[in-house]
Amino acid sequence: MKAEVKLMKGNEAIARAAIRYGADGYFGYPITPQSEVLETLEAEMPWETTGMVVLQAESEVASINMVYGGAAAGKAVMTSSSSPGVSLMQEGISYLAASELPALIVNVMRGGPGLGTIQPSQADYFQATKGGGHGDYHIIVLAPSTVQEMADFVALGFDLAFKYRTPAMIMADGVVGQMMEKVVLPEQRPRRTNEQIARECPWALTGKPDSRKPNIITSLELDSAIMEKNNERFQETYRRIQENEVRYEERFTDDAEYLIVAFGSVARICLKAIEDARKKGIKVGLIRPITLWPFPYKEIARVAEHTKGILCVELNAGQMVEDVRLAVGDKVPVRHFGRMGGIVPAPQEVLDALEHDFHINSL
Amino acid sequence: MTREEIIQNGTKVYSRPRLLNKNNMHYCPGCSHGVVHKLVAEIIDEMGLEHDAIGIAPVGCAVFAYNYIDIDWAEAAHGRAPALATAISRLRPDKVVFTYQGDGDLAAIGSAETIHACTRGENIVIIMINNGIYGMTGGQMSPCTLEGAKTATTPYGRRHDLNGFPLKVADVVSLLDGTCYVTRQAVHTPGAVRKAKAALKKAFKNAQEKKGTSFVEIVSTCNSGWKMSPEKSNKWMEENMFAHYPLGDLKDTTK
Repeated sequence: MKAEVKLMKGNEAIARAAIRYGADGYFGYPITPQSEVLETLEAEMPWETTGMVVLQAESEVASINMVYGGAAAGKAVMTSSSSPGVSLMQEGISYLAASELPALIVNVMRGGPGLGTIQPSQADYFQATKGGGHGDYHIIVLAPSTVQEMADFVALGFDLAFKYRTPAMIMADGVVGQMMEKVVLPEQRPRRTNEQIARECPWALTGKPDSRKPNIITSLELDSAIMEKNNERFQETYRRIQENEVRYEERFTDDAEYLIVAFGSVARICLKAIEDARKKGIKVGLIRPITLWPFPYKEIARVAEHTKGILCVELNAGQMVEDVRLAVGDKVPVRHFGRMGGIVPAPQEVLDALEHDFHINSL
Repeated sequence: MTREEIIQNGTKVYSRPRLLNKNNMHYCPGCSHGVVHKLVAEIIDEMGLEHDAIGIAPVGCAVFAYNYIDIDWAEAAHGRAPALATAISRLRPDKVVFTYQGDGDLAAIGSAETIHACTRGENIVIIMINNGIYGMTGGQMSPCTLEGAKTATTPYGRRHDLNGFPLKVADVVSLLDGTCYVTRQAVHTPGAVRKAKAALKKAFKNAQEKKGTSFVEIVSTCNSGWKMSPEKSNKWMEENMFAHYPLGDLKDTTK
């Protein structure tokens, strides 16, 4: 397949990008608002073309453990779900992190807690960026704000996951999952051969050849002294990721007196609010974290230096705002504006919140 | 006659399986796991699957199965071995994938993964050691604990009005269209060991020939958990476990 331009939903873009990346397997379970990922893959029948395995599992728990099995075999495997389903996967994600296995997990977030709503949300920020499952670990979290990024982050997520031998997550929201946009799909990449996997992933389960000892994929280590060493190795990996993989987008920050920090679809709403603010003479800039973990602490601190206030806009009760506060300390006032339960704010609400929180009209 | 002379004369009739390494097993004396490990190691060697067999270890006493048989292994989260096996078997159809689980791991927390791997007819072998107890965590009731049996969580004996009935997993999976071979065996006598080995070998052959899911239950003892001597455990198993879990093939569509 050659590169092509198409109009499609974010969820569809994930599926098509996975095939074109040369992913080896997808294991998933239906849940709104992301079922189109599985539906598109089943309709495309990639097992007939690239040889990619697609399987509708019996649960999210089974899905993530199928991912664990596939990853243990050195294969590029993924799953997708939405908030309640991703909660069910947390044990498996912890196992993936502990066994140092690469995998891609997509969360098209919906409003919670509980069964919540099927409308968009960003309320799983804490879960994704602070560990989620049990134990000390982090995963790489990518936050797309366009359908194009939904497609692009499949390859980026897989590449980072294999580079650092860690799970990576695409954390989208119902807006990016459901809306349709123009997407440039890359050329078809060939799937890696079993010989390539044996060479590039010497840890993978390939069946034991005479040339090496058995490969054992396990997260279990009863000797605390060794388990502490394992943890130190994980932490070292996380330090390398924090040093090298921070990604963010910066807009209108050169002359900004106020800064908005927002990710995913919300950053686009904020861009419109910033445009409206500038028409009124209020100089506002935007930082959009693309990697939610590792978080762009230094970058936000740098831009914040010459601003009078930061507004963190999220579809939750205030989660990323804690990281923004960690980034700037008490040097700049930080406020949060959020809508919950599946409500998406209009640009005017964002502008009103900015003007209100920093008393801009009364100046 | 020295040991070497005996061996050279071609009179050696038995040896340690090549793939069963020299690590000291952590299993209690009298436990059935050691015998089943030996059988699995022998079969993999005899079938020439050393380079192609991938094992999935459970959570439970057999969590360290990977320490004893020299092939590639993954250790699954509690109950999820059939999910791992499903993915590996589909992504590497050139390999022979088996799970090795206990009745707590497979029949309680892993019941959904078991039933769905079997109903999809994954080309894998599922081995369940059924000793009717959670051995690793200290002898609690499992779904397969017999009525009346005393465990750490049924100190006065399992009562069906309180704890439900013992689950006949092999019977359940034998009803599923995806299973090609379902059998219940034991390893408490030399004769039983020979039968169990033939059953396991058939199961591995089925996986190799992509005939569907093979399910081999081994009715076993847990003398530590049952708080009996190994000898008494074998007797108790024959008298009580076999009555509820009768040995033999429950299904064989490969004939």
